Amino acid sequence: MRRALITESNEIRIANESRRRFLQGAAGLTLAVYLPAASAETATSAKVPGGVTFEPNAFVRIGTDDTVTVFAKHLEMGQGSYTGLATIVAEELDASWAQVRVEGAPADAKRYNNLFWGSAQGTGGSTAIANSWEQLRKAGASARAMLVGAAAAQWNVPANQISVADGVLAHAASGRKATFGQLANAAAGQPVPSEVKLKEAKDFKLIGKRIARKDSADKTTGKAVFTQDIHLPGMLTAVVAHAPRFGARVKSFDAAKAKSVKGVVDVVQIPTGVAVLARDTWSAKKGRDALAVEWDESAAFKLGSDQIMARYRDLAKSPGLVARKDGDADNAMSTAARKIQANFEFPYLAHAAMEPMNCVVRLNPDGTCEMWNGEQMHTLDQARVAGLFGLAPEKVFIHSLYAGGGFGSRANKDSDYVLETAQIVKAINGSAPVKLVWLREDDMRAGYYRPMFYHALQAALDDKGNPVGWTHRLVGQSIVAGSPFEQMLVKDGIDAVSVEGAANLPYQIPNLLVDLHSPADIGVPVLWWRSVGSTHTAFSTEIFIDELAAAAGRDPVEFRMALLGKHPRHAGVLKLAAEQGGWGKPLAPGKPGERRGRGVAVHESFHTFVAEVAEVTVKPDGSLNVDRVVVAVDCGVAVNPDVIKAQVEGSVGYALSAVLYNQITLRDGAVEQTNFHDYPLLRIAEMPVVEVHIVASAANPSGIGEPAVPPLAPAVANAIAAATGKRLRGLPIASDLLKA
Amino acid sequence: MITIDLNGKSTRLDADPDTPLLWVLRDTLQLTGTKYACGIAVCGACTVLVDGQPVRSCTTPLSAVAGKKVTTIEKVDAGRVGKAVQAAWQKLDVVQCGYCQSGQIMSAVALLSQNRKPSDADIDAAMAGNLCRCATYMRIRAAIHEAARSLT
Ligand code: FES
Ligand code: FES
Repeated sequence: MRRALITESNEIRIANESRRRFLQGAAGLTLAVYLPAASAETATSAKVPGGVTFEPNAFVRIGTDDTVTVFAKHLEMGQGSYTGLATIVAEELDASWAQVRVEGAPADAKRYNNLFWGSAQGTGGSTAIANSWEQLRKAGASARAMLVGAAAAQWNVPANQISVADGVLAHAASGRKATFGQLANAAAGQPVPSEVKLKEAKDFKLIGKRIARKDSADKTTGKAVFTQDIHLPGMLTAVVAHAPRFGARVKSFDAAKAKSVKGVVDVVQIPTGVAVLARDTWSAKKGRDALAVEWDESAAFKLGSDQIMARYRDLAKSPGLVARKDGDADNAMSTAARKIQANFEFPYLAHAAMEPMNCVVRLNPDGTCEMWNGEQMHTLDQARVAGLFGLAPEKVFIHSLYAGGGFGSRANKDSDYVLETAQIVKAINGSAPVKLVWLREDDMRAGYYRPMFYHALQAALDDKGNPVGWTHRLVGQSIVAGSPFEQMLVKDGIDAVSVEGAANLPYQIPNLLVDLHSPADIGVPVLWWRSVGSTHTAFSTEIFIDELAAAAGRDPVEFRMALLGKHPRHAGVLKLAAEQGGWGKPLAPGKPGERRGRGVAVHESFHTFVAEVAEVTVKPDGSLNVDRVVVAVDCGVAVNPDVIKAQVEGSVGYALSAVLYNQITLRDGAVEQTNFHDYPLLRIAEMPVVEVHIVASAANPSGIGEPAVPPLAPAVANAIAAATGKRLRGLPIASDLLKA
Repeated sequence: MITIDLNGKSTRLDADPDTPLLWVLRDTLQLTGTKYACGIAVCGACTVLVDGQPVRSCTTPLSAVAGKKVTTIEKVDAGRVGKAVQAAWQKLDVVQCGYCQSGQIMSAVALLSQNRKPSDADIDAAMAGNLCRCATYMRIRAAIHEAARSLT
């Protein structure tokens, strides 16, 4: 049932075809954005080097110089999407990997929509490879068929006698050969096949093999172009004075000192603050620092983190909205032989991508707008910018650049930094192109954090130690409430991403209740952060299940396995990680005074299944080393195993920063952290050895950008418990918790 | 007017001498391979070589490098060590988002120029000031060892 797609003026709402399917990840979300007159801007064909040659579909172009260009509809922000998407095309095309190059596709939802998101183009939820799999295989195969058709016609031989390998077509009997480039023009005249045969997995030459990333050379020579690197003729760089508290507004400002800074050109008020425009970044920063701004804080949010958490603890005393109910958990609790309970607390988290958010916008004399961005939400951002300027969406052309990380921040539901850039351009009447640069401090304090959460769990065990009841109450802000995603992701008041990983607990427990409070009066903007709800639900559920195993006197792996009968893919990765991680074998002892332990966790997110076994050493001074993490992954067909490996390694490191250090805290509503000295990231010496094992699978590929994040923290926590007997009750680890 | 030897070329600059070298490189000269990420010398994204030493260009005023030899990622391949480091980085596919990698490579080149056979502890010390949010650290370590091997 497709729901109506609604747009009023520039309000965009995103409706769902099937919310459940979204929750199941790869099975196919349909998210539809209706945009008035959103017609296709065929920008790809407008800027072809050396003339258009053969462009059989929106994803492939073959030049007479033998280059195969793959248009990536998804953002490359580090996860290897360019490489993976190109691999799929090249495989079915039988191109040689060396001749393939990748270009970011423009914003054009008609051609480049995310197939799990209906008619919207964008990247997120670890869907890039999953939604493109069949589409790009067909794109490659149909291009191949047209090349073969052209060769058959030219050589006057049957098509089925022509072989293709490494970008060369050959007819064995006649000895004729031609490259893709030589046939490109002729192929363009061939009909587009209505049906193509795809390869069998056994014939794959690129998929499943270690092939090199496409972005390595540019990213090791300084040539890769990020938004931060854009310089346009006449461009001004903007640095913005933002309010110290969320919800505050500019009351007044004095620009005199800022304007006297050499290089400063203009100072303008915008809805989010005061922007200083200068000829270069440093002058803009100096100008911003010289500004005097008075803020109207009458509507500002003024609570501190402690007060917010106190309120959440309070809320958790009363029942929330029910997200899942099996059997009668209350009865199971009241009649149980044993009861166990635990509460968990999670802070706000900043994404802290290495490249602070930034964007370039230019209004052109012909009434079009151009935008340069590490673009993750093409359709949404395009519509918002178009709306601000009163343009049709297709008049906004987006140059999709490399992004220096994202982790969720670039998929901003309110188009925050993108719209801020456009607001500045509007404030100067489009008189110059503008590059907005958020300094690290702006980026860190911009909000849109992973929400704070409070979890309260209880379990009932029968007299044999089997779990018979489980209740899980969550308290935390909804990410999607009030956003274009609300209609799709909120049902009966439950934000699906608040309870993902909790409401779909895989363990077979007859009486189960998951409920949720989503306080709506907390004025801190929140957003998805690499693996979203699973960042907290995997932690609480996987620690708690470990505690149940301990209470039952059973081995944590065996205990989980016994409850995973209906979830073979969970069981599969758990078994593999346990085997490879030496589960059950004694750990090598540490130095005198050191305590060592091993812990495990398993979790599914975005339809990918991951189990991790962590080994830790706790030093006498309470400091923690995570020595080794053994990871088993089931993400369906492994398109590029080395990219998968890299994503798992990186996810472990990313997650470990949050275990050891990361938290955004508020005092009277003001964010206390500003930069990497008070929001530290993992350093090289702290990086564990990560070993990755991929389950051989014929299932359609699912994502890998996020799913290795969730199990890391609980695996480490369970290892700490094994080493010290201490159970973590929140993140990050309190500095004095582990002292001997 | 300040003169520096930039990537082998004598370069005269009339920027304000207090301007951090980073912004002179990026905005004045449009050598954008050197990155901004923190601006307070805690992340290493802006690392360049000044007379062979790794320096955080975001907190180094232009005046401090007057008359000195500055090497950036754009020309680090002019030296044998730079070439070896880039080749190792590519061979092992170290990069993810890539934003920190110019700085990582410059620090690695400085290390290997002084120490042709660094231990893991040497790597930890030399690379401690270079953050990677994508946590490519395992491969950075492996690529430094790989480059060291290729240089012997
Ligand atoms: S930008 Fe210079 S150290 Fe971070
Ligand atoms: S590769 Fe992304 S920050 Fe290092």
